[in-house]
Amino acid sequence: MILEARDIHFSYQSREILKGVSCLAGPGQTLAILGPNGVGKTTFLKCLCAIHKPSMGAALVENVDALRMAPDEAARKIGYVAQRGQTARMTVFDAVLLGRKPHIRWRASARDLRIVDAALRRLDLAAMRLRHIDALSGGELQKVCIARALVQEPRLLLLDEPTSSLDLKNQLAILSLVRRAAREHGIAAVMTMHDLNLALRFADAFLFLKDGEVFAHGPMRELRAEIVSEVYGVPVEIHRLGGVLVAAPLVDDLSPDLEPHGHDHAPNPRPERLRAAQPL
Amino acid sequence: MHFNDGTVPAEYARHIGAKRLFIGGGVLFLALSLAWSMSVGALDASFAAVLKALFGMAESKRLDIVVWNIRLPQALAAMTAGAGLATAGAVMQSILRNPLGSPFTLGISHAAAFGAAFSVMLLGGGIMTSKGAVSISSPYLAAGSAFCCSLLAAGAILVISRARGTSPESMVLTGVALGALFTAGTMFLQYFADDVQLAAMVFWTFGDTARASWSELAIIAAATLCCGLYFQANAWNYNAIDAGGETARGLGVRVERVRMTGMLLASFLTAVIIAFLGIIGFVGLVAPHMVRRLIGADHRYLLPASFVCGALLLLVSDTAARIVVAPHVLPVSVLTAFMGAPVFLLLIARRRS
Repeated sequence: MILEARDIHFSYQSREILKGVSCLAGPGQTLAILGPNGVGKTTFLKCLCAIHKPSMGAALVENVDALRMAPDEAARKIGYVAQRGQTARMTVFDAVLLGRKPHIRWRASARDLRIVDAALRRLDLAAMRLRHIDALSGGELQKVCIARALVQEPRLLLLDEPTSSLDLKNQLAILSLVRRAAREHGIAAVMTMHDLNLALRFADAFLFLKDGEVFAHGPMRELRAEIVSEVYGVPVEIHRLGGVLVAAPLVDDLSPDLEPHGHDHAPNPRPERLRAAQPL
Repeated sequence: MHFNDGTVPAEYARHIGAKRLFIGGGVLFLALSLAWSMSVGALDASFAAVLKALFGMAESKRLDIVVWNIRLPQALAAMTAGAGLATAGAVMQSILRNPLGSPFTLGISHAAAFGAAFSVMLLGGGIMTSKGAVSISSPYLAAGSAFCCSLLAAGAILVISRARGTSPESMVLTGVALGALFTAGTMFLQYFADDVQLAAMVFWTFGDTARASWSELAIIAAATLCCGLYFQANAWNYNAIDAGGETARGLGVRVERVRMTGMLLASFLTAVIIAFLGIIGFVGLVAPHMVRRLIGADHRYLLPASFVCGALLLLVSDTAARIVVAPHVLPVSVLTAFMGAPVFLLLIARRRS
C-alpha cells in the first residue's frame, strides 16, 4: 500500500469535521473522495499532507507517518495540487521547476532541469515553456500545477477538485492525465471530486464520506446505486453506456415546492429548458 | 520514475542567461555611475584626479579630504541604502502578495519619523544651530529612537497578524492603521514644539545620504549584506509562497515562519537605514517593480537584480540631487519622492484596469 490513512480525526473551532476516517490506496491506483458539499473531503485531503494537523490518527505513506515527517521529507513523498493555482509573473518552466524545491539545497542542478523538461514534454507543455503562467488558460494552469507536483517525484499525489472550473474537454484531459501518471509512475493518486460521473469514468476506487465518517470505500466496480442514493439523498441509477459507467438521478426537480396547493402552478422548469435547448 | 529522458532546453538556458546578463549589466552601470558620482560636485576635479585620490596619491590635501570624507561615504551610503531598501521592498511585496508593500504602506517610515521627533522633543536629542542651519546635535539618539519606533511598528504588525493569521490583507491594514497612529503622534509633538525643534524634526525626515559617516556606513552595509544573503537563501521559499500558501506548504515550506522572519528582517533592515539616513521613500517600491517588469518575478534573480537596481537608482538620484540645483544640494528623498509618486499612481491605475 502507498497510502494508509488510519482513523483521522479533525476538528475546526470545536466542531468535529472528521470522526475517524480511514482509507487505502495502492500503487497505480486513482482514488476519488466523494460526498456532499461541506462533508470534509478537502479537509481530509489536507490532513493527508499535514496542511491541516489532525487531532488524532495517522497518514502512513509507504509505512511512514506523513504527519511526523519533516516538511521537506514529506514534500519528497507527497505532491499536492491545490484547487486553485495562483499565478505570478513566472515562466511555465520556472513554475514547474519549483516542484524540485524539496530536492534542491541551494541551486537547481542540471538533473533538476532535465526532469522538468521531460515532464513538460510528457504533459504537452514544452511549446509554452517560456510563457508566463499569468497568461495561461485555466486548463493550462492546472496542467502546470500537476506537472509541478509530478516533478516532486512523489509516491502519493493529492489533488483537490482538479477539474473544478474547467470545461468538458479540459476535464477529460486533466483526469486522463492523472490516471496515466498514476499508472505509469506506480504512484497513488487521491483526489476530491464532486462530479460523480467523472469519478466513475476515471477513478479505480471510491471513498464516500457522510457526516464526517466513511460511508463506503472500495474498488469502483463494487459501487452500487444504493450507496450513491444514500449519500446524496437522491435516488440514482447506474448504467453502463458505451463501456462507461454513468450515474443518472431519477428525479429532476428538487427545488422546494413554492406553491404547494396549486398543482397547476407547480414549478417544473425542466420541460421549458429542454424545449429551449432544441435546435431551431 | 520516467522523467529521465529530458534535456536542458537551449531556449531556457538563454532565458536564464539574459537574466544574469541583466544583473551583470546593472553592476557595470553601477560602477560607471559610481565613477560619475565621485567626479561631480562643488569642487571641480577630473575623474583621473579622483581616482588618484582614492589610491592615496591625491593632487591636493583638499581633494583627498573631499573624496575620502564627503564623496565616497555619500556615494557608498546611497548604494548600500538603495540596495537594502529595494531588497527589503521586494521581500515585503512577495510576503504580503501586494505590489504596494513597502515601508511606507506598512507604517514603518511614519514610526521612524515619530521616533526622531520624540528624541528631539523629549529625550533632549537637542538641536544645534550653526550659521543659521539647524541640525540634530546627537544623531545617534535620534537614530536609536527612530530605530526603536520602527521596530515597534514592525513588531505590532507581526503580533497582530500572528493573532489574526498572517494574511497579507491583515498585515497591510495593520500597517495603514499604524501609519496613521504614528503620524498623529508626530503632529501632536510638532504642535507643541518650538520653532527650532520643529525645524529639527522636519530636517530629520528629509532622507539624506550625506549624513552617513564611515562608522554608520559600516552598520548599514553589514545589515544590508546579512539580510540580503538571508533573503537570497530563501528565494525558493518566496517563489513557493508566490504559487499560493497551500502549494508552498505542499512543497515543504514553513509558510508562517518564512513570512514572519522575512517581515522581521525586512523591517529591521529598513529601520537601520531610515534611522541613520532619514526617510528615503519609494526606492523600495520602484526598484523591485522595474525589475519585475523587466526580468520577471523569479526571486532567484529578482532579489539580486533589485539589490543592484536599488543601488543604481539611489546613487544616480543622489548624484542628480547634488547637481540639479547647484550650488544648492537637495536631499535625495525629495527627488525620489518626485520620481516615485507617479510610479505609485501608475501601479494603482494598472491594478484597477
